[in-house]
Amino acid sequence: MSADTSAREESTGSTAPPPSPAATYTAQPGRASRRQRSTGAAAGFLGPNLILLGIFLFLPLGWAFLISFQESSGFGASGWVGLENYRRLVTDPTFWQSALNTAAFTLITVPLSLALGLGLAVLMNSVLPGRKLFRTLIYLPMVISGIATALMGVLLFDEATGIINKLLREGGLATVPWQSQGTAAFASIILVTLWIRVGFNMVIYLAGLQGISPELYEAARLEGASSWQQFRYLTVPLVGPSTFFLLIMDVIYSFQVFDTIFVMTGGGPGRSTSVLVTYAYENGFVTRDQSYAAAIGIVIFLVTLVFTAIQWRGNRSRDTVG
Amino acid sequence: MAHPLPTRERPAGPAGPPPRVRRVSPAQRASAIARLVTAAVVGLVMMFPLYWMITIAFSPSADVVSRELQLWPSAWTLDNFRTIFGTFPAATWFGNSVVVTAIITVLTVSVNLLAGYAFAKLDFRGKGFVFLLVLSTMMVPVQVLMVAQFRLVTELGIYGTFWAVIFPSAASAFGIFLARQFIIAIPDELLEAARMDGAGTVRIFLQIILPLCKPLIAVLVLLTVMYQWNDFAWPLIALKDAQLFTLPIGLLYLQGQYGADYGAIMALALLSITPIVIMFLAFQKYFVQGLARSGIR
Repeated sequence: MSADTSAREESTGSTAPPPSPAATYTAQPGRASRRQRSTGAAAGFLGPNLILLGIFLFLPLGWAFLISFQESSGFGASGWVGLENYRRLVTDPTFWQSALNTAAFTLITVPLSLALGLGLAVLMNSVLPGRKLFRTLIYLPMVISGIATALMGVLLFDEATGIINKLLREGGLATVPWQSQGTAAFASIILVTLWIRVGFNMVIYLAGLQGISPELYEAARLEGASSWQQFRYLTVPLVGPSTFFLLIMDVIYSFQVFDTIFVMTGGGPGRSTSVLVTYAYENGFVTRDQSYAAAIGIVIFLVTLVFTAIQWRGNRSRDTVG
Repeated sequence: MAHPLPTRERPAGPAGPPPRVRRVSPAQRASAIARLVTAAVVGLVMMFPLYWMITIAFSPSADVVSRELQLWPSAWTLDNFRTIFGTFPAATWFGNSVVVTAIITVLTVSVNLLAGYAFAKLDFRGKGFVFLLVLSTMMVPVQVLMVAQFRLVTELGIYGTFWAVIFPSAASAFGIFLARQFIIAIPDELLEAARMDGAGTVRIFLQIILPLCKPLIAVLVLLTVMYQWNDFAWPLIALKDAQLFTLPIGLLYLQGQYGADYGAIMALALLSITPIVIMFLAFQKYFVQGLARSGIR
């Protein structure tokens, strides 16, 4: 393949380039004359990745749409039922409960991980003995698999033998029904999620903080701004781009949370911790109603798409410059 | 507790703000101590689940089911490890994880580097559109695709094999963006000079781009290994034979078999996270750079 691409490159060497959207990516006019002859080479370089993406991502995505308009039969799908699966979604209380739980999970974990991430980033950016060690301790949960962290959560929050209830008992306090009561189960999942997630937010915020010029703080101090005022009126606005990026990433993460809930509660007790993704999995691979699962997947996709679009719009201007 | 900071300060003078030497007032010292205490508390909280996992992995089962509070095992034992290696194919699962992760990483990093080069340095019709299309796939959740991907690997006759895990996982746009950002920063003059000397696109890629991309490759490999080693949702769907399970699926299987015998589960969990934690500690700088770079666009 490589010989082929370079040969083609030579043969079309002197053709004038047509104007194309790619022009926005190349600032220097001198490079334009090379655009046409690179097309063959570009195909060779992009090919392997595009083939993989095409077969295993774009094709299933289209297929998922088709399946969501069919009815499930055994392992497969057959017969068109139009919007029947979507109509069923609208009247399915478990779907709504799962959607509500997804929204609640997102609304609770996203602001908390943003606030904790920023707070820790500011702390770790300040003069602090051993801050390298502390940073490492905060990142560490991030690299551990979702299932291992969830199993640690199970271990900690076990009602009878879990360390948290043991500590509460030891302190003469009432134990918490982490596994048998909905709100407590939800809280345990949020705590484990924050434990995993805060490190990522801190990394991004630290990178953002390091881009802020120290002179700004110097000037603020000279004018008598308190630490809180410096944080509120300098730090928070100046890490705005990081906040925006994290907001999108955290929302998408929250929408797709699976491992933690699947392992810790399996959506229970009752339906109290069921989210869209666990409900889709349950339909697709437990009750084998794959068309219905595909419809739920499409709903998740559409919501995610809205956030992706927002992110793209927000970042496009900076991306073309950099 | 003694003051932890180097004490080179004198009492705050009456004069205005000193231009160079920063003096540490009692208030600043109190704030430094408060910061240290906060960091220590956060560090302890973050570490506790890990500490507890290790403790339980080495505790006798009597400790694990006991209702008594005990922050240290009554005796250190390897029983739980004997169980996972004896009763369960933990070694096989570990090997499977290594094989699957290695193949996916080599495959995905290679194709991402090629594509990143094309997006960064080659000009072709529709580049902006294709790049947007590729980037947009980063946001497609695996759960949306799982039913259709399951159908696809079944149709292709690879369901239940490693290939069913490998191909859909390698089809990821995750590294393309990172690769493009890195390669775009390589000066065009360098490539021009090579072209003058008669080097073709492929040669430029192999002999100029790749050698300059070592830090990028390190970041891509680390992040891909971490992601694939930990991946759970897709292997859970794509594999059925316990002998072919990767560690995350093995963990779930073990939990299904052993219920609340946390000793064995934590022993396997510890085994499963150890390589990634060691890798992270050894290459922390690259990990953090990679994550941070994906954030600062």
